[in-house]
Amino acid sequence: MHADPKGVLTGIHFIDGDHAACEGALAAGCRFVAGYPITPSTEVVERFAARIPLVGGMFIQLEDELASSIAIQGAAWAGKKVMTVTSGPGLSLMMEHVGLAAFTETPCVFVDVQRGGPSTGLPTLPAQADMMQVKWGSHGDYEPIALSPNSPQECFDLMIKAFNLAETYRVPVFFMMDEVVGHMTERVVIPEASEIEVVERKWTKKKPGEYRPYETDESLVPEMVKAGDGYRIHITGLTHDERGYPAMTAPAQDKLVKRLVNKIRANADKIVDVREDGVAGADVVVVSFGITSRVAGAAVEAARAAGLKVGHLRLVITWPFPAKRIRELAATVKAFVVPELNMGQMALEVERAAAGKAPVLTLPHAGGTVHEPGAILAKIKEAAQ
Amino acid sequence: MSATELPACEIEITNPVAPYLRQERLPHIWCPGCGIGTTVNCFTRALTDSGLDLDRVAIVSGIGCTGRVAGYMNLDSFHTTHGRAIPFATGLRLGNPDLAKVVVYSGDGDLSAIGGNHLIHAARRNMDLMVVCVNNFTYGMTGGQVAPTTPIGATQTTMPYGNFENPFNLPFLADACGAVYVARWTVYHVKQLAKAMLEGLKKKGFVFIEAMAPCPTLYSRRNRLGDGVDQLKYYKEKSKVVNGANTQDVGLTFQGDIVVGKFVDRERPTWLEAMNAHYTQHFGDKYTPYGGPHAQE
Repeated sequence: MHADPKGVLTGIHFIDGDHAACEGALAAGCRFVAGYPITPSTEVVERFAARIPLVGGMFIQLEDELASSIAIQGAAWAGKKVMTVTSGPGLSLMMEHVGLAAFTETPCVFVDVQRGGPSTGLPTLPAQADMMQVKWGSHGDYEPIALSPNSPQECFDLMIKAFNLAETYRVPVFFMMDEVVGHMTERVVIPEASEIEVVERKWTKKKPGEYRPYETDESLVPEMVKAGDGYRIHITGLTHDERGYPAMTAPAQDKLVKRLVNKIRANADKIVDVREDGVAGADVVVVSFGITSRVAGAAVEAARAAGLKVGHLRLVITWPFPAKRIRELAATVKAFVVPELNMGQMALEVERAAAGKAPVLTLPHAGGTVHEPGAILAKIKEAAQ
Repeated sequence: MSATELPACEIEITNPVAPYLRQERLPHIWCPGCGIGTTVNCFTRALTDSGLDLDRVAIVSGIGCTGRVAGYMNLDSFHTTHGRAIPFATGLRLGNPDLAKVVVYSGDGDLSAIGGNHLIHAARRNMDLMVVCVNNFTYGMTGGQVAPTTPIGATQTTMPYGNFENPFNLPFLADACGAVYVARWTVYHVKQLAKAMLEGLKKKGFVFIEAMAPCPTLYSRRNRLGDGVDQLKYYKEKSKVVNGANTQDVGLTFQGDIVVGKFVDRERPTWLEAMNAHYTQHFGDKYTPYGGPHAQE
């Protein structure tokens, strides 16, 4: 279906990534945001708070990130499309509710405008060091989805995709911005509502009495209802059966956890999104994401100008990881180069997928600024030898 | 007349509480003598008397023995994370203003320790929620550790030589933070507790009802206070009804006097009412008040 025009600010704008992310959420149909202020993400909720009264919806600033990350889940079960917005320290506090969303299959979007860490770190400067936290941060097994925009335009476009994925798979979806993408101002084109495809929640057509909250078909994604519709549902963070009732047994745990991870793993080929540039026949492939992909792009061009056969593979979706594609390339390339604003996180995934068939040259960076293109170029030259 | 000539007598006995419970989930997990079930009984009676459309009543619990209440109620019910029932309920309440009532039902440790921050802010905002706090002075589910409500002198596993921490006076806390309705009853006072819950269901805004309940397995036994019946006797003997009492004066002590009653009943706009009024004033005709057809009931 098409976007609700009330939330779509059609036109050409000159705005930063935080503002564009907010517009993306409004266009996607997000009508409930709960948040707690934290640099460098706050502009997202500031804009939402200003825009939502006349769009028709709700913003509430709550007492902390624990409250925000679960209030959105209450609102999701009340029928709303929902989001919360934070940065590293807040994300750490939200981890328990990431698990709750994964286990209760509550569609929701967590925006993380990454800054240097650990702890309070560098509040106003960038990093990409929360990549493994969103994959593994909450206890237990689950499979999240994460997107990495690299421009204000993508903060708009990919946010719509983030909401659509959250609704399609009923998982927590992470929108992994960083301080630079959040605060850089560029041209952002917002199309007509009729040109924006949004995914409606997978509402059940069953009647109360017939409906079981966690019964699934081959899609592995159950149908949803909302509180107040007469279904008298029970939803729990305990291991549960198809009725949603607690089921404290090993077989129930096995059935539920396997389905939860398989609904993403079995659909990983459909979900993964990589943008490839000159990868076919390349000796070296640079794997990058988010803001680093823009710096890496400059380095790749410089390397090509120097006569090197270099490809660039950009992870638009970082989780699930495109392991299959990396495995294919590992058979043909001399080496991978992985620059990232952390001490080596996604590089571990590239190494895992390459499985020793091609070396992975890491280019870690502790954050606070972006890489120098020259540093990436030097690493490409090293890899090409 | 011989016994064989008696007319057939068909009596169908149904427990009036039965329709409110998920029968297939029984028996419940609570110990003999535990007071939580008594509070649930009072709650079902309050629901009956309220006349509310039960399809539009939702219940949210945190974690712990009382946290299991949501799972037994035949309502839209949510068993959330430890301490976070109130913010989940806040999202539910604001996400669907058509719900007739959102009830938070949880324990003293869940609501006032790990969830204490949410409790005070929801009261401050006058969020339209009815909070039932079953206070058994202990963490029952984990084996009887000290709680923010444990009276000084009571022994708990993590205060093995007796508690020396000052406990919360929960009605005073809720009152000070702005709750529009505050009451305390014990599970000896079933009629009064059910009536308070009925009033709470009908009241708009942040309602806080403290229900004192025995935990014979952990709190009473460890403190040599006998069984559940002995605690009911204590409630009966030491309770004094003081409606409208100054909440500053209703703090609890170890086996000491208990002030029960309806302490606070006042009017204040709810968070949603305040938002709609403010935006209507600010935006004029451009603003459509937030909420569905039932929101203004």
